[in-house]
Amino acid sequence: MGSKASTLLREEEIEEIKKETGFSHSQITRLYSRFTSLDKGENGTLSREDFQRIPELAINPLGDRIINAFFPEGEDQVNFRGFMRILAHFRPIEDNEKKSVAVSEPLNSRTNKLLFAFRLYDLDRDDKISREELLQVLRMMVGVNISDDQLGSIADRTIQEADTNGDNSISFNEFIKVLEKVDVEQKMSIRFLH
Amino acid sequence: MGTFALHALLLLALCCSAGKCELQESETSAQTDSPGVDPFMSGPDEPQASPVEDRANLPVFTMDYPRIQVPFEFTMWVLLASFAKIGFNIYHKITIWIPESCLLISIGLIVGAIMHSVKEEPPAVLNSNVFFLYMLPLIVLDSGYFMPTRPFFENVGTVLWYAVVGTLWNSIGIGISLFAICQFEVFGVQDINLQENLLFASIVSTVDPVAALNVFDDIGVNEQTYIIIFGEGLFNDAVTVVLYNMFTFLAALPVVESTDVFLGTAQFLVVAAGGVLFGLVFGFVAAFTTRFTHGVRQIEPLFVFLYSYLAYLVAECFAISSVMALITCAITMKYYVEENVSQSSCTTIRHVVKMLATISETLIFFFLGVVTITTEHEWNWAYILFTLLFAFVWRGIGMLVLTQIINPFRTVPLNFTDQFGLAYGGLRGAICFALVFTLPDSINRKDLFVTASIAVITFTVFIQGISIRPILEYMNIRKTNKDVDTINVEIHTRTMEHVLSGVEDLCGQWSHYYWKDKFKKFNDRVLRRILLRHNRAESSIVSLYKRLELQSAIGLLDSPMGDLGAAPSLLPLHDERKEATRPKKKFLAADVRKMHHILSKNMYNIRQKTMAYTNKYDLPDDSQNREILICRHASVRRSLRAASFRQPVSFFILFIVGWTPSRGPGGPPPDRPHHLLGRTLGTTGVPEVRRVRASGAGRPQGGVIRIGRTKGNRRTGTEENTRHYYGTPRGGAEAQGVDDWKY
Repeated sequence: MGSKASTLLREEEIEEIKKETGFSHSQITRLYSRFTSLDKGENGTLSREDFQRIPELAINPLGDRIINAFFPEGEDQVNFRGFMRILAHFRPIEDNEKKSVAVSEPLNSRTNKLLFAFRLYDLDRDDKISREELLQVLRMMVGVNISDDQLGSIADRTIQEADTNGDNSISFNEFIKVLEKVDVEQKMSIRFLH
Repeated sequence: MGTFALHALLLLALCCSAGKCELQESETSAQTDSPGVDPFMSGPDEPQASPVEDRANLPVFTMDYPRIQVPFEFTMWVLLASFAKIGFNIYHKITIWIPESCLLISIGLIVGAIMHSVKEEPPAVLNSNVFFLYMLPLIVLDSGYFMPTRPFFENVGTVLWYAVVGTLWNSIGIGISLFAICQFEVFGVQDINLQENLLFASIVSTVDPVAALNVFDDIGVNEQTYIIIFGEGLFNDAVTVVLYNMFTFLAALPVVESTDVFLGTAQFLVVAAGGVLFGLVFGFVAAFTTRFTHGVRQIEPLFVFLYSYLAYLVAECFAISSVMALITCAITMKYYVEENVSQSSCTTIRHVVKMLATISETLIFFFLGVVTITTEHEWNWAYILFTLLFAFVWRGIGMLVLTQIINPFRTVPLNFTDQFGLAYGGLRGAICFALVFTLPDSINRKDLFVTASIAVITFTVFIQGISIRPILEYMNIRKTNKDVDTINVEIHTRTMEHVLSGVEDLCGQWSHYYWKDKFKKFNDRVLRRILLRHNRAESSIVSLYKRLELQSAIGLLDSPMGDLGAAPSLLPLHDERKEATRPKKKFLAADVRKMHHILSKNMYNIRQKTMAYTNKYDLPDDSQNREILICRHASVRRSLRAASFRQPVSFFILFIVGWTPSRGPGGPPPDRPHHLLGRTLGTTGVPEVRRVRASGAGRPQGGVIRIGRTKGNRRTGTEENTRHYYGTPRGGAEAQGVDDWKY
């Protein structure tokens, strides 16, 4: 239990996270308790197994991809900062934020939310959703009753609708364009408890 | 059509036999007083005994109906109800629009009409004892056993608020209003005093809103509303029974003093707390007993029923809230018992609980229908109409007021649709009828009460029950704009919804986190050690995985290179250049429509946390979860085979992976029941197999074994590649590390 002291959250860290992500003090401490409860190894970082232990993620069709999103490129451990950075994408956009013109875009802006969703498809990070990547995600989301052909046609149609520059894949801008009527702010926001 | 023919036949048989019995009795009553049937004086299908002989011949064929009458008619009732259920479910559309209680009451009415025309009385078996000792526990056990504990405890304050305070509000409000009405001489009900009005009001305010839950499911009311409805339906049974007893007692008193009110409140609290205490005690004892039942698996389900029933009876004996005792016992017991008993016992318990509850409730509704037609009614327009009005009004006002008070304390406030749903969905159910029917006869105007409550039940069940769906759909439709979405929008919004649901689960949004954490620690350290046989978690997801393992191991043997078609699906990841040169297909509007249709029918729904308990008459349905798990399992297998497809050497490892039976009785460590096949794609797309072993032997991290890469590891690979996806180090209860297969 002695090692726990080193993993307690310091005030400066809370301030930094607050600035970076926009969460409130109490939200950060709450999420920190959640982080520590997931961290069975008690070493201040979470590994993929820690995430996989959450039963509801097991039965989420996109569970693996969601877990992957938390881990930066090539790494297998995520610390609390990284954890919060990803969760910040899901903070609801408040009215005063919409008006302020920040220097750098806040993590929970509409564009960043869409980027998060885009990266779920785009595993190889080439900024394009190829037909194969789309098929993979579709297959995960759809039951066993759809044949590969049908799914293939659906994927083709999806790309056709979105693709404007004819490279047979969906780029991020095309992705944004095709979802312009969708209320992304509401669909990708969680009401975090205080 | 066959079922309807069968129905009719059954009905006829039931009534004819009942009628025949009467016929026989009236015939023989002239001759003998005994209720037994003289075998020689029976119906036309008997051989005529020779009339004049003194020496009685051995009767070749006799019929003795009265002997079996009661159990026979009971069985026929239940059989009839079951046929009715089969019939309803064939025409699935009916159950969408009409709640099942409607249908049951209708059948009861039909049977009652037939009986009435045959001039037959319903068997007088529904009396107070039968209801309270046999029927009510079954219904309550069902609700308590399938109570979803996590959402319940997260919302326990709100649930209890609506259940307890709401019921009190309704009872007292309706009671006092009716008493005020009674003061008017013109209505002719002056002789009902305050206590009796309150008693009647408490009976009438028992709601059974679960019947309306199916509607809410399709509309998409949020989880909190579900659990409030569910909890309200459950706990207001408890509150009503307590109030019922209290007011019955008070109704017998000539004058009610203020001390009585005070004592009543105190009694209420004692009764409730006592019930919970009794329930906990019996629950823990039951859990402890099941720790030792591994040798007698056949009677394991019996313990669940015996202990719950004992809790109920003992609480009844001490005049403590038996309903609370039973609910608490069921909730406590379920968690530990389901881990101790075998899988088939678990299934048996669930099925039997559902069956018994269905029987009980069906019978009550049948009685309702039959009694409606066959008994003498006392109809008093004013009283009944005012009862309906007040029931409706007070519930509506109650909902508004209570919600206003509690919304500030809630993280997710209830909006107007929720409140309307809650208020309008307050259908009265079986318990209301049973309580009023079993009132002691000393209550004068009992017939009026019976009639009034039948009216209220019928009105709410038929009118409110059928109209709630269109009304809610109308209210909801106005919010969402049903544009014709593009396929993109449909797919991507579903993706986002899944992501949101996943991240929500990841964050674990609950408000009483501190207490839950404390309880969890206590649970892990103390309770699980004492009450569980193997201190490991074998949730249904894990056992599903184990079964899948076994199946795919056998499958692997049968067709080692089968499913090749799937393996190449990984290869195209590198063939993207070819894709760009594909000729573009033309899609007609009809194709697009068809795609929409396919997607909407087949895409997985967001994990409806409420799916498990919206349908009162069905067992919880986890087929979607199973499918998802099977798919993930299959895709991992395919990728393994794809890897092996490239490098034949590793295939041997794969073969052995599939074939080696899993090690011993180890299971996953208690707080990690759900090992999953998470897959990490390395940079070249070949899945890596990584195994981290917990340190029984002092090695915190096992080696990293990569299938298909390092041939040198083949030897160790073979040894350690047991099919041990969920392994624990032997004997390790509180393992620090992780021992699981991660592909």
